[in-house]
Amino acid sequence: MSKTITIEPVSRVEGHAKITIQLDDQGHVLDTRFHVLEFRGFEAFCEGRHFQEMPAITSRICGICPVSHMLASADAGDRLLAVEIPDTALLLRRVVNLAQIVQSHALSFFYLSSPDMLLGYDADPATRNVLGVARLNPELARRGIRLRQFGQSVIDIIAGKRIHPSWAVAGGVIAALSPEGRDLILAGLPEALATATSTLEWFRGALDNHTMEVDTFGHFPTLFLGMVSPDGTLETYGGRLRLMDATGTIIADQLDAKAAKALLAEQVEPWSYLKSPYYAPLGPVDGAYRVGPLARLNVADRCGTPLADEELHRFRARASGPVLASFHYHYARLIEILYGLERIGQLLDNADALGTDILARASRNRTHGIGMSEAPRGTLFHDYTVDENGLITRLDLLIATGQNNLAMNRTVTQIAKAFVDDAHLTEGMLNRVEAGIRAFDPCLSCSTHAAGTMPLVVDLVAADGSVLQTLSRPS
Amino acid sequence: MESLTRPRVATVWLGGCSGCHMSLLDLDERLLDLAERMHLVYSPFMDIKQFPEHVDIALVEGAVANEDNARLLRLVRSRTAVLVAFGDCAVAGNVTALRNPLGDPMPVLARSYGTDTSRIPGVGANAGSVPPLVPKVHMLRSLVAVDYYLPGCPPPADLIFFVLSELVAGRTLNLQSRATLG
Ligand code: SF4
Repeated sequence: MSKTITIEPVSRVEGHAKITIQLDDQGHVLDTRFHVLEFRGFEAFCEGRHFQEMPAITSRICGICPVSHMLASADAGDRLLAVEIPDTALLLRRVVNLAQIVQSHALSFFYLSSPDMLLGYDADPATRNVLGVARLNPELARRGIRLRQFGQSVIDIIAGKRIHPSWAVAGGVIAALSPEGRDLILAGLPEALATATSTLEWFRGALDNHTMEVDTFGHFPTLFLGMVSPDGTLETYGGRLRLMDATGTIIADQLDAKAAKALLAEQVEPWSYLKSPYYAPLGPVDGAYRVGPLARLNVADRCGTPLADEELHRFRARASGPVLASFHYHYARLIEILYGLERIGQLLDNADALGTDILARASRNRTHGIGMSEAPRGTLFHDYTVDENGLITRLDLLIATGQNNLAMNRTVTQIAKAFVDDAHLTEGMLNRVEAGIRAFDPCLSCSTHAAGTMPLVVDLVAADGSVLQTLSRPS
Repeated sequence: MESLTRPRVATVWLGGCSGCHMSLLDLDERLLDLAERMHLVYSPFMDIKQFPEHVDIALVEGAVANEDNARLLRLVRSRTAVLVAFGDCAVAGNVTALRNPLGDPMPVLARSYGTDTSRIPGVGANAGSVPPLVPKVHMLRSLVAVDYYLPGCPPPADLIFFVLSELVAGRTLNLQSRATLG
């Protein structure tokens, strides 16, 4: 008898999801699906509201990366005003974005994924969590907690609140950084840097025990998309986008948000609220791309900070071209923590950091603007169309996690085929399937939003996994 | 076993942004100290898939946006002694309920997935693989009795610490002068 295994809920990820694994009569894995179970409808209920409200409303899409939404929204607002924001405002927005990358990556690694690596995929599910880590290795847990705390406190010091600050607005930011605030941040950097480097050392040592996971947790070619500066250095805010293929060839570079978004299309599957964007010229199979830490480190020429560049060198030695193993999202995340901390130090060691010229004032001068930021999980686009009064007539959000959806689905299939054995099914096998999803650190409350294109209709799949019908988008 | 005498605590998320849970994590190292005084039995940060029986205290984040949320909330209520509405979405609907003025969820869904209902997740035959949206987003109080309201978007970490410390110590709460919305 064919049957379906359901993993619900997928735990230790942010938001609501389940996984189904279909087996054939012999108990072999036929097909798998990663179902995202929530939907909130921001595109619809933001219509008719003023664009200046958007940073505050859209940051409520996500409590883990509210800063990324606030900053992408403010960036879209800058374009609607048609202003260039003051240098200090850009610098401080960058620092706050990096602080959020640090705290979110620390959350992903220490709170959500380290239990698998430290306690083992087959450990007792009752203790396989951050409190279990704290019992086994209190030092590691405490350091991880303090690292996340550092990132959160930087956001608090600059933007005035750890979660959902109201600080970035169209035209700049509303509060400058005080010298005391800067000193407080700089005083916390050495401990955070020490944690980042010691964790990387530990992780490198642990890699030898994870060769099977490296090979099966989403190891396949895709395209990669991420932000770089004009000279190709890693950037997370106020830069341009680069698209690279699986051999390392750059297929598009220095794209602004508008040019990048024009290259993307998406498909919808009625068994998940999460849609699947892809690079339109290559279609939904070959056009699958990954975003986030792994993609950013693959596309950038360098990090541009000394310790992170040293580590990037080791990271790159793991593959001959771009690193294709999704397990190495973890590795890339730890390198980005190091980079983020170093870069915060660089940026704050700059006279502009304490500038008080922080807001360009203007009224609405355009009716369309696309903003973007590199959220912890990848490139985030906010695309606003407004009327002459600045009221939103159309709002499109292209969220980082959605852009990894095709890759996450393939990952689940790859792991299930490698580990799930119906005759001797264990909880640990299923936890590995979930752990593959955790490597992407998906944020699902964020993820289910409309992009700019109408859905492309694809395969209609029967319960036995056979394709009943293939439809394409009506043009 | 000593852990059997500690209060059994659960944290749950429904339709929200997980910001309230992030604020809980903003207790930072205090979380480790609190963990010594309670027995955490269910949380999105744990691998326990079923909401357990006999829970003493449950913090519930988010509003009821879909049928899964409603089912889980009723189960939580039936198995929990003290249920805390955790954050503005749980207390009053907040941002999650902003879709309510648009009426039926269909136009909201169509905005994202197109108008062909056979292709919309959660609708008709697709309801088996993802939970359908409820026609109207509810704050917790509309569906179940709530013992305490912990407002804020999100509630500040210090307030969460106060509430949890008091409840774990078995005291009743007076939030009069402490809690504010927003
Ligand atoms: S109350 Fe605020 S922080 Fe909490 S889930 Fe709702 S929107 Fe997020």
